[in-house]
Amino acid sequence: MTLEQQLTKPLSLDRRIFSSFMSAIAVIFTGLALLPLLSVLFEILRQGLPNLKWEVFTNLPAPAGDTSVVGGFANAIQGTVLMVSIAALFSIPFGIAIAVYLSEIGKSGAIAQTVRFVLSILSAVPSIVVGVFAYAVIVLSTILGYRGFSALAGSFALAVIMLPIVVLSTEEALKLVPNHQRLASAALGANSMQTVFKIVLKAALPSITTGVLLAIARASGETAPLIFTALFSQSWVEQILNPTPSLSVMIYNYSSSAFPEQTQMAWTASLVLLGLVTITNLLSRLITRKR
Amino acid sequence: MTSIPSESKPTLDSIEGGNTAWVEFGFAWGLRILALSAIAILLWMGWIIFNAALPAIKTFGLGFVTRQEWDVNQLQFGAKTYLYGTIVTSAIALLFAVPIGVIVAIVTSEKFLPGWLRSILGFLIELIASIPSVIIGFWGIFVLIPFMKPIQSALHQQLSWIPLFGTETFGPSLLVAGTILAVMILPTIAAISRDVMLAIPQDLRTASLSLGATRWEMITTVLIPASLSGIIGAIMLALGRALGETMAVTMVIGNSDQISLSLLDPGNTIPSILANQFPEALDELHIGALMYLALILFALTLIINMIANSIVKKFGLKQ
Repeated sequence: MTLEQQLTKPLSLDRRIFSSFMSAIAVIFTGLALLPLLSVLFEILRQGLPNLKWEVFTNLPAPAGDTSVVGGFANAIQGTVLMVSIAALFSIPFGIAIAVYLSEIGKSGAIAQTVRFVLSILSAVPSIVVGVFAYAVIVLSTILGYRGFSALAGSFALAVIMLPIVVLSTEEALKLVPNHQRLASAALGANSMQTVFKIVLKAALPSITTGVLLAIARASGETAPLIFTALFSQSWVEQILNPTPSLSVMIYNYSSSAFPEQTQMAWTASLVLLGLVTITNLLSRLITRKR
Repeated sequence: MTSIPSESKPTLDSIEGGNTAWVEFGFAWGLRILALSAIAILLWMGWIIFNAALPAIKTFGLGFVTRQEWDVNQLQFGAKTYLYGTIVTSAIALLFAVPIGVIVAIVTSEKFLPGWLRSILGFLIELIASIPSVIIGFWGIFVLIPFMKPIQSALHQQLSWIPLFGTETFGPSLLVAGTILAVMILPTIAAISRDVMLAIPQDLRTASLSLGATRWEMITTVLIPASLSGIIGAIMLALGRALGETMAVTMVIGNSDQISLSLLDPGNTIPSILANQFPEALDELHIGALMYLALILFALTLIINMIANSIVKKFGLKQ
């Protein structure tokens, strides 16, 4: 065989078959991976949209079996917002402070390395275990003369879940701030506190917001740590030491209900919850994309 | 030429800045203490759960892991059933999610598709990860179980001589739970494996292709071996998630306290029993036994995640 023949010889049949076969498999598997997502979205829209009325956001759940009133889940929305807010109030400042330590002071020191490691471990602790922790710390102990399931216990669990997400994303955001800005600030005579608050945090604010939004989205959808810390209730949220409803626990409770209208309500609640989570996620993407 | 006005000539006092040193010191130490308290939270969590589990640890000892009965009235507790369910469902999940996840990672990291399509694909896969697990479970009850019921029946009819398919199904089963877990851990495997593959130097690919390899020969002989340890790290992170996943599994596994060889039978997992029994747990020993289960789950996921983290870290990736 001459060199020219060798160079222009087509690939052997088995190599060509292998390549096209693998490409076909790749396409099929990728489609398979997307199938559940499309099915979830389709089913939630199909089942949830018809019942998405204004009353859903203003009314309490209708009594089981009573189809004469239009039930809603305003109290569950209220509970979710309340618990996520309390958790955010605690975990966001705390998380940002830790991130400032990691990126501005500790850097690659032993303490910072350990804290980073612990936070990555903490972010991987199953949320049900965090729920068990909150149950033992708050539900089983007496706080302010009250012992039992409460919004406070739910918020505590959510805060522990949010903390590592806030810290790790904020640290990434702070690392992106160019070092010469810090040097310029120091050269003008600012102390490290002024540099952090007036220069570094200000410059990183959009990316920090992204991380915070992701943490909020994650916490809003959490169910496992809430079913035995906040429990549930059919009425309005009155104070943080009472059992408190949430959207996610409501979906769980109604998912096995014998009443079709409760199942319908769960679909609508899924639509609202998924909308909430997805909008928050998209928002966080848009904020970082602009930069 | 500008000259420095004489009145702003710095004095030693203003450079040293009187209280500035104290601000620096206090600021650094304040933050350091906050950072250390993150470590304290993890230790606190372990300590609290261990303490609450103590009554059960004292009563049942290490034999708890191999005891099967779980009787709330007789206060007899053992972890075997739930450990079995947790491990079997996670194994099924990996069986499905690993090949699909790795292929999705290949498709999104190599140049099979135009860039915009690849980023949409990546976004859609990550969207699955952000769906709350209670919604996935709800979808599982009303879509996945009816969809899989005929498949499970067919498996039983055709392959009933294999013990794994030895019983008739009534819907919820270990197999369905494993499948739903596969859906949930797929994004973890796909996203981390993709990042690992993108971190492999382009030169390796180019060299392999210039030696005459087809694209898939390059992938199977160069890319996958080079990124193998990273892919294993991704799989372990996904396993950690699968072991601890609660809501979706609880809603489709059938919650039946039995150990059955058949994957078509309902079962139970550690997270499921915790979710189901904590709201009604009253007796100290019952709570203790549940806490003991939580402690086992905590330790299990901790070890797996530590190993996974150290593998993935070698590639310079964040989780």
